[in-house]
Amino acid sequence: MSEFSILLPSVLNGITTGALYALVALGLTLIYGVLHIINFAHGSLLMLALYGVYFLAAGFDIGPYQALVFMPAAMFAVGYVLQRFVIGKASHDRDENILLVTLGLSIVIENLALYFFRSDTRVVDTPWSFETVELLGAFLPLPKVIAFFGALATAAALWVLMTRTDLGKAIRAVAKERKGARLVGIDVDHVFAMSFGIGIACLGIAACLLMPSYYVTPQVGHGFVLIAFTIVVLGGMGSFVGALIGGLFIGVVESLGGLFLGESLGQIGIFAIFILILLFRPTGLLGHKV
Amino acid sequence: MKTLAILAVVFAALGVLPLFVVSDVWLNSLIAVLYAALLGQAWNILGGYGGQFSFGHAAFFGTGAYTVAVLQVQYGINPWIGLVAGAAAAGLVAAFVGALSFRYGLRGSYFALVTLAFAEVLRILSNSVPFTGAGVGILIPLDPGAENLQFAHKSGYFWMIWAMALAAFLAAWWLGHSRFGARLMALRDNEDAARALGVSALRIKLGGIVMSGVFSGLAGVFYAQHYLYLDPGLAYGPAISVESLLVPIVGGMGTLFGPLLGAAALHVLSEVTRDIFGDAPGISLAIYGALLIFIVMFLPHGLAGLGRISARRLIRARPA
Amino acid sequence: MILSVSGVSKSFGGLQAVRDASLDVEQGRIVSLIGPNGAGKTTLFALITGFHKPDAGRVVFNGEDVTGQAPERIARLGMVRTFQIVQPFAGQTVRDNIAVGAHLHRPARRDALRKAEEVARQVGLADRLDQDAASLTVAGRKRLEVAKALATDPKLILLDEVMAGLNPSEVRDVIPIIQAIRENGVTIVLIEHVMQAVMSLSEHTWVLNQGETIADGPPAELARDPVVIEAYLGHGMATRLAEEAPVA
Repeated sequence: MSEFSILLPSVLNGITTGALYALVALGLTLIYGVLHIINFAHGSLLMLALYGVYFLAAGFDIGPYQALVFMPAAMFAVGYVLQRFVIGKASHDRDENILLVTLGLSIVIENLALYFFRSDTRVVDTPWSFETVELLGAFLPLPKVIAFFGALATAAALWVLMTRTDLGKAIRAVAKERKGARLVGIDVDHVFAMSFGIGIACLGIAACLLMPSYYVTPQVGHGFVLIAFTIVVLGGMGSFVGALIGGLFIGVVESLGGLFLGESLGQIGIFAIFILILLFRPTGLLGHKV
Repeated sequence: MKTLAILAVVFAALGVLPLFVVSDVWLNSLIAVLYAALLGQAWNILGGYGGQFSFGHAAFFGTGAYTVAVLQVQYGINPWIGLVAGAAAAGLVAAFVGALSFRYGLRGSYFALVTLAFAEVLRILSNSVPFTGAGVGILIPLDPGAENLQFAHKSGYFWMIWAMALAAFLAAWWLGHSRFGARLMALRDNEDAARALGVSALRIKLGGIVMSGVFSGLAGVFYAQHYLYLDPGLAYGPAISVESLLVPIVGGMGTLFGPLLGAAALHVLSEVTRDIFGDAPGISLAIYGALLIFIVMFLPHGLAGLGRISARRLIRARPA
Repeated sequence: MILSVSGVSKSFGGLQAVRDASLDVEQGRIVSLIGPNGAGKTTLFALITGFHKPDAGRVVFNGEDVTGQAPERIARLGMVRTFQIVQPFAGQTVRDNIAVGAHLHRPARRDALRKAEEVARQVGLADRLDQDAASLTVAGRKRLEVAKALATDPKLILLDEVMAGLNPSEVRDVIPIIQAIRENGVTIVLIEHVMQAVMSLSEHTWVLNQGETIADGPPAELARDPVVIEAYLGHGMATRLAEEAPVA
């Protein structure tokens, strides 16, 4: 029974962290599912969004949750412009080139952040940052609980967007058959940029939900990018449900791995999963495609 | 044979340069360029000639570096033996990564991600196990002398990196003039067609990654002996992987001299940046990143391709 | 029999691409495989040369069971294929392209390059040796496809539509090249849509329809068999064949 009392908080903690991972991975999997590209700059764009939330709070007294009004739109614009004018122009029909260009973007964003903001760790203090919620005898930080439900709500909204709107239909058409979509008059480049923008907008939401319980430094994206990749390959490239379940799963693995192996070694579990999935089931454990 | 002659002239010229260069600043520059050229040529062997883009060459570099360092510090083994062991260990890691990836047909972005993951696993491991010094790092005791592969004067390190780079460039030259190289390039350009002509994809790619890994490991050995200090971030961190691919991409992938060209260009760029911005953190790397984007977008053949294009334009511009 | 295919089948998902196909090829002959689009000809080539694993059946080459073996191993035994959609090593010269094939049994670079030049002369690419393979015309690329395979010194060569997309005069140029290959002792299996070529080159033809080998015989005989022709090559083909036959 005593083992259970250690395990349960750890699992619950893992699930709340996992929901945020899922949110970051949702954007990545959407971009992969539609454009068939791996966005290496995903982590550094999340870092950018976190700085956005920080400066809104520090400079304009706009709290992280109020920032939800601005950040998704701002990040959408960043994503749209990047895809339309940089990434989309660079592929030359080789997917490695996309990887290189998004790697280049991540280097630029990260190091400009380092140049302008230095490597100081910045946090946003809110009165409720340290409040907790009791669940089944475990105490969970309030911001993480809010983030958990926020992530679920975003996933639901994304699902509605993809299945119930004209834009969603166009995106799915392009994802399935880009030549055919072009033939019936869909502006494929625009849809690509919209998809990329929506994927990056998810990072804007994730940043708002993450900031109250986290911090930002120029390198903060590193920790997220490989985890997000792992979730995406685990859930099946392009699968929303897969990203959600994969995110929760990885959150729990990380939490339990940390409990049993220590913080640093615990991460190896994640990479081991990543490598094994890539080798044996590159289509993912669950279904695939948007 | 012509390229071999050019190669000989270039390295001979590089070799006599220190006789005229007295300032340590210049010698340091030469060392930095040759070191980057070695890293880049190692990546170029697999990425440029073989078409397999690795995002995790730090896995091989770090293994070479840690091998020579750990053998010296923990077991008192002479670094000359460590040099051979480091290159061999890096080759072994490369063989392991390659056997797994190529056996399961990983290509393109998937291969890139898997190599990156392997490097990260090694970084975390070296951060956790005691014999690497974990997060604190490992310090090689200062004891200059050729028998210890440490040099009191910079010129010793110059000759060390000169010889290593020469070996890597000779290996790359050999790729352009051997059956193995022809097969490696055939697989890069069209795997099915190559297999139809009797080329064993698995075996040749394995050969490519091992060769690449060995030279990356040599660069790691040099790093360890030159700076006498390693930690997990330095040895297995993403910076090494990025530098490895940036150098040949800037210079020209799949060309013999691309990595040297890229190494020189990047060195000049970083010096110029330092003159303008001082030692502000981040700015020179940000410019590297921007350069990477620019090259992929507009100069897919790197600086070497630039030469080819302008030569063609010159010929075309001539009145017929 | 240098090549004996018996009862080979393959399906992809629900689609039965090849069903119980059988053929026997005698050493030193030129034979062909015809049939409508989607009949499974190229898939059968891929099954014979190891690019796909058959679900059932056996492929015996030169007395050795090679069913489901890797393409590179089959090539080393002496059976090579060309691709219907040409597969040059783009960015490399014609010489280097052919040398990849020549290296199969020639470890030394110098020998492989010499062989490449020799083969280039044989297929009429001698004047384009230093050209980028990607810059060749369609006819040139088809010749390169043959040259790469030929440079491996095969015992048997499977040519997949090497004349498709060529104009009649280009076809007339290629026919003697193929005949010369056979005269050097290489057995040839053709997939061909150009009936002029089938009639003038091959001594024996198999008709493939919906993945099955449904008839075989000398092409002239098949051409006189209106039932086979009408049923499997489409309406009106019988008369067309009869008109083209005298070319042989």
